[in-house]
Amino acid sequence: MSEITPSQTVGPFFAYGLTPKGRCDWDPNGSYSWKNTVESNLVTPDASGTRIRIEGIVYDGDNLPINDCMIEIWQADSQGRYASPRAGAASNTQFKGFGRSATDKAGVFAFDTIKPGQVAGPGGKPQAPHIVVCIYSRGMIRQVYTRLYFADEAANAADPILSMVPADRRKTLIAHKQSGTDPALYRFDIRVQGGDETVFFDI
Amino acid sequence: MSLIYPKQSLEAFPKHLSPGYKSTIKRSPSKPLMIVPHTLSELTGPVYGHDAIQENDNDLTKQHKGEPLGERIIVHGQVLDEDKRPVPNALVELWQANACGRYVHNVDQHPAPLDPNFTGAGRTVTDDKGYYKFITVKPGAYPWGNHHNAWRPNHIHFSVFGHSFLSRLVTQMYFPGDYLFPYDPIFNSVLDEKARARMIATFDLENTVPDWALAFRFDIVLRGREATPLDNDEH
Ligand SMILES: [Fe+3]
Repeated sequence: MSEITPSQTVGPFFAYGLTPKGRCDWDPNGSYSWKNTVESNLVTPDASGTRIRIEGIVYDGDNLPINDCMIEIWQADSQGRYASPRAGAASNTQFKGFGRSATDKAGVFAFDTIKPGQVAGPGGKPQAPHIVVCIYSRGMIRQVYTRLYFADEAANAADPILSMVPADRRKTLIAHKQSGTDPALYRFDIRVQGGDETVFFDI
Repeated sequence: MSLIYPKQSLEAFPKHLSPGYKSTIKRSPSKPLMIVPHTLSELTGPVYGHDAIQENDNDLTKQHKGEPLGERIIVHGQVLDEDKRPVPNALVELWQANACGRYVHNVDQHPAPLDPNFTGAGRTVTDDKGYYKFITVKPGAYPWGNHHNAWRPNHIHFSVFGHSFLSRLVTQMYFPGDYLFPYDPIFNSVLDEKARARMIATFDLENTVPDWALAFRFDIVLRGREATPLDNDEH
């Protein structure tokens, strides 16, 4: 039996420790004196590729926005390279591919980043551009993982993970480009529970 | 070193729906989670070196003009993988209530005093032996609204990064012998007694600094272990 340390909830009061300069605009003081380790803006000056913004609301089982949620994202750069020692072809830019955003009082999280490229999947088959999303919140005793795919990517049709998801639930993993913004804004809402519940992965 | 992350390792984790902790009722997935293979996206993860931290980020008693009130403590230990190998360069972040059980967070309405000399947030990066160390004060117990007369045992929140995005862990460290343990649904959401014990620091007399601070040892074991020939046979 494994002896790993069990998970516990991030609780309602993580903001001043984990996202002190984040979206805590429901906090009357705006932000805390502590500094961020991880930003919601992933863009570095040397990162090539398409700049994008991702925004969404996290909803609970009563369809109410969750205002004390933390979202973390992990992604490859525009050329499909992860900035990780475990990736075969590591990125040679400062782009880390890791971001963190709290939700604000309306349950909104947001990231500024670069559209990821394709990375290898099982059996060497390419995966469609995607971002791994991890959700933590008061009321979540452990984190949940999902994925964000882009509606305007033809590669989605052949994605090995997306194709395992029942067709009628795939839409919960697709971010949609909104019209008339620069950089492009992709909308990605997360429903923790209920009829349109986001697909979460048992990984 | 190529690590695998068997799902069985998560057996001792609490269930997403742990009804004793009421907020899980509307914030846990109601549909079964989808089983998918681990790809490069899951097996890689962010790296934070010593450039991510500044001097005294791990000393919560030195972040303001004066010293915070409360029992000064040293909290230290190792971050390990499932094979008990040290995880070097792991980012460890923590946050906690002050000695009176009050968080700096604006939503915390517990009528206990704030301490102008204590924020309660710290971070550090493990050394090449996976070792980390914080200096802080012992957090107080505090009430919460889960049920009538609900109090959280003394605890420090921890956030730890391991070798991959799958080994990411957010947990809480508890103190030995807490009389609130039997009443706390968050602590008891972990059903296995041995697993619960892994969230409790041990009192560490050896590392106590005479006339200055008590020490507690808290080792953190993350997902990830070396594949054995047996694992390979399964595929
Ligand atoms: Fe707490």
